[in-house]
Amino acid sequence: MVRIRAFETRVEELFLAGRIPGFVHLYIGEEAVAAGVCANLTASDFITSTHRGHGHCIAKGAKTDRMMAELFGKSTGYCRGKGGSMHIADFSIGMLGANGVVGGGFNLATGAGLSARMRRTDQVAVCFFGDGASNRGTFHEAMNFASVFKLPVIFVCENNCYASTTPTSYACSATNVSARAVGYSIPGVTVDGNDAEQVYVAARDAVARARAGGGPTLLEAKTYRIKGHFVGDPEQYRSRDEVLERKRDCPIERLEGILLERGVLTPADVDAAKKAADDEIEAAVKFAEASPDPKPDEAFEDLFVSLPGVIA
Amino acid sequence: MREITFSEATLEAMREEMERDPRVFVMGEDIARQGGIFGQFKGLPQEFGYERVLDTPISETAIVGAALGAALTGMRPVADMHFADFVTVAMDELVNQAAKIRYMFGGQTKVPLVVRAPDGVIRSAAAQHSQSLESWFLHVPGLKIVIPSCPADAKGLLKAAIRDDDPVLYFEHKALFKVKGPVPDGNHIVPIGKADIKRKGQDVTLITYSIMVGRALEAAEALAKEGIDLEVLDLRTIYPIDRETIFESVRKTKKVVIAHEACKRGGVGAEIAAILAEEMIYHLDAPVVRVGTMDVPIPFAPVLERHVVPNVETLVAAVKKIA
Repeated sequence: MVRIRAFETRVEELFLAGRIPGFVHLYIGEEAVAAGVCANLTASDFITSTHRGHGHCIAKGAKTDRMMAELFGKSTGYCRGKGGSMHIADFSIGMLGANGVVGGGFNLATGAGLSARMRRTDQVAVCFFGDGASNRGTFHEAMNFASVFKLPVIFVCENNCYASTTPTSYACSATNVSARAVGYSIPGVTVDGNDAEQVYVAARDAVARARAGGGPTLLEAKTYRIKGHFVGDPEQYRSRDEVLERKRDCPIERLEGILLERGVLTPADVDAAKKAADDEIEAAVKFAEASPDPKPDEAFEDLFVSLPGVIA
Repeated sequence: MREITFSEATLEAMREEMERDPRVFVMGEDIARQGGIFGQFKGLPQEFGYERVLDTPISETAIVGAALGAALTGMRPVADMHFADFVTVAMDELVNQAAKIRYMFGGQTKVPLVVRAPDGVIRSAAAQHSQSLESWFLHVPGLKIVIPSCPADAKGLLKAAIRDDDPVLYFEHKALFKVKGPVPDGNHIVPIGKADIKRKGQDVTLITYSIMVGRALEAAEALAKEGIDLEVLDLRTIYPIDRETIFESVRKTKKVVIAHEACKRGGVGAEIAAILAEEMIYHLDAPVVRVGTMDVPIPFAPVLERHVVPNVETLVAAVKKIA
């Protein structure tokens, strides 16, 4: 969680300084969801992510230096500078890609679950999505498909209260997205998404169920998007007071408090973890800065495996 | 050589590829218990099981999206669209996801996905069951598009598509499923990206594909009686376009007609005409003529349907304009 926060904080600064092109959608305030869910996964499990995907990448085990290089559009980035913030993937750890299309990952995750089943592995697929994506048709088709075939898929809704600029309360017919699970005959669970422990436990149960052949779960984590939709968002759709109020419920501070209270960590451990995270991200920035730009010829690489694609 | 139907040829391709590679599977609506609406999947589930020949809910978005997810994670899926018209329901999955995933992620993954899409006009199926949509996808970098005209190519192209590591759209004309033709035994593969001269001729090149190839060959017979020697070039692959075979034929005949059952406007013919204008203009002795369906949705009434779709006479007339 502290590594995600360090990455995002630094990315915001770099973007505002004009060092990162494109758009950047920050995950600050939602770290407990990615961390709590991915702590239950192995490198061979799959996740699909969203356009707010940095947290999912880091939690699944992606390297922050290659992520940062991708944000800079450098050839050492995960996608050789062709994807950027919204399209980071690391197939070597089952991170099947962030997605610029809201709701674009549902069916990919379903397919990864189908594939796991057909290959007789115990892999699971986790689909991260937002409250906004829960209103898309892909949500319905994937939910029904995964339920009908009892696929090992965990659909994790990060309900951060806003779909771009539109409040969930305005655009979503359900108070709890998880209530929609009823229509698909699968468990629907809502947890406090700022409580890493709650997320972890709920995800653990869903993952165990999926691995055991029990089928999909719809897990809704209620959280809050501290930053704007993208860096530079004027945020005219919500009040400053609202943000300040919600900001007080920081998932990292909450977990810190719990761990300190239980004596799992000392204040020195907490400081050390934060320092290590900051150092890692500084090294990532240096790596990105020192990396070469892609060469113009690379623009045509990696479109096809083979062209014209003749196989004997 | 033995003769089998187009439908049986695709079935053979599926069977051989599923036997060869356990990662190959097929899913779609009404394909397993019913055998496919054109009989193109009959007997497959009995041989390979109902998991590898998977009946799905009516969910084209989920079918293509899940096939893609499976392709990214170690399988080689074939997704059946029932009717090509319904590809529109899975447009994001094909255009924004499948076509871009390899490129957008810097070549980290392969996308061995085949989408089968029965297209074209059959008797009075009307506007939502008769379309030919190949040109939409010609505009999308990252997709390969094949479109056989005869049973032998149907088998050979489907096998090539399944073995290809990139996403391939396989259009198959509904009115061709029952057509019989010679198909070689054994491992018959038609390479993607290679056009075929279905009839050699000296006077005019008729570039076409899918069901129009048969009509073009009939037109060639009629024209031969009038002393016009037509060359019929079957593209077989819409992308990558086989420019070499086209250019070679055009250098010989110096006159070109391009015909397809898809609407003329913005069609594959427009792209080929543009390529010829850019690169072959000095070899041409006449304007390029395009033949396509009128720019209307396919109407229901048989008399209207016949009127809007190009037939043998349309082709003969088009060739005579420049012959």
